[in-house]
Amino acid sequence: MDADVKKVVYDPLIDNNPITWQILGICSALAVTTSMNTALLMSIALTSVVALSNMSISMVRNHVPGSIRIIVQMIIIASLVIIVDQLLKAYAYDTAKKLSVFVGLIITNCIVMGRAEAYAMSHDPKMSLLDGLGNGLGYSLVLLTVAFFRELLGAGSLFGIPVLPLTSEGGWYQSNGMMLLPPSAFFIIGFMIWGIRAWKPKQVEKPDYRIHEEQNPDLI
Amino acid sequence: MNPVKIVLDMPNDSRAKTLIVALTLCLVCSILVSTAAVLLKPRQEANKALDKKRNILTIADMMQPGTSIDEAFSKIESRVIDMQTGQYVDDMDPEKYDARKAAKDPKLSEALTKDQDIASIRRQARYATVYLVRKDARLETIILPVHGYGLWSTMYGFVALQGDGKTVKGLGFYEHAETPGLGGEVDNPDWKLKWVGKEIYNPQGEVAIELIKGGVGASTSNPQYKVDALAGATLTSRGVQNLVHYWLGTSGFKSFLKNVTEEG
Repeated sequence: MDADVKKVVYDPLIDNNPITWQILGICSALAVTTSMNTALLMSIALTSVVALSNMSISMVRNHVPGSIRIIVQMIIIASLVIIVDQLLKAYAYDTAKKLSVFVGLIITNCIVMGRAEAYAMSHDPKMSLLDGLGNGLGYSLVLLTVAFFRELLGAGSLFGIPVLPLTSEGGWYQSNGMMLLPPSAFFIIGFMIWGIRAWKPKQVEKPDYRIHEEQNPDLI
Repeated sequence: MNPVKIVLDMPNDSRAKTLIVALTLCLVCSILVSTAAVLLKPRQEANKALDKKRNILTIADMMQPGTSIDEAFSKIESRVIDMQTGQYVDDMDPEKYDARKAAKDPKLSEALTKDQDIASIRRQARYATVYLVRKDARLETIILPVHGYGLWSTMYGFVALQGDGKTVKGLGFYEHAETPGLGGEVDNPDWKLKWVGKEIYNPQGEVAIELIKGGVGASTSNPQYKVDALAGATLTSRGVQNLVHYWLGTSGFKSFLKNVTEEG
């Protein structure tokens, strides 16, 4: 693999992760991460949509009139999402039911639109496909990490298989109900961002303002 | 010259090209979407049918690990009944009859007046499919389809009664769009368990079941008619109460229940 391809695929995993660095696509990360199964299916759905939409948009990019650019992107994305939704309903009905409205909401997922506009409109189809793949995988990585903690601590299981025996079933683990509620995903994503920025200080933003010297208690 | 090339050579922002691009794109995308929808439909319908069977089995508490859904479902007898008389209709196939479709068909349904329509369903189908489980010729479970409006959506589900036609064996919904975490808790297994063993009718034969706020405790009078309302979901709870009142009342399955329990 040449350096360009490597960069496009691996960069969005940690260094330029759509969720933890660009803080995009948080909504679905909160909603579908209560279990590994739904998170995995959502990851596959989003990764395939973002990769394919990037590729298709890149293929027509030279002939898209600027005035209807966003509409063209939306139509391509929406069609792909509907097809993915139909496929899930046909081949993974139970999980599709749990994902319910969130598959449809991939249409409005900021990552998909963001990559189409920022990358696919100005790069060739092959690189756009890889860029979509990389961003989809970055999203999946965060989704699966969050789902890992939420399912393990909230329900004592992984992929539905019991790992920690629950007190309600005669084991020793008292499940943490908060982990199954949306706020816990915020906490976990927050901790992840903290961890990544501690590991890669380059990601820490410069402070917007500084406390004036006169107000600084160390100097008084 | 090749017409495709003419179009491709047009300046991108010309009006003609904008229209041609938009039209072509819409055409291509709609063909793709409709092909997917048509090709996958049989599979999706099969999944839906299987899901409905599983719901009926779960609500009647007949799901056994190790047996397939179709096998477990074969123990259930499906019958179409006439809602008005409460009698079986033998010339209709319960596999093929779809009460939801029938409720929209003026020939197969009746409009409800405002006073009758406590469950906000507007029209009621003239026939309904009921499911019966018999053990050694004795009626064990009666499963009735119910639906009614909650807060956001029409909730579709089943009520399972014991052979006596008044004690609840289970209740559950297979389709609704209530607020997740609040009204969506109608799916919560703990809440559904609270229905088990409740009595529907009081000694006068009226539907007496009620959803009450604050929980059913030792000090509640007549706890056999009372179920905890869902916390933070007043309208969904009211919807559930209304639909139970409607479907088990005189315009619902009451006459059928009378017939079937007398016959044994």
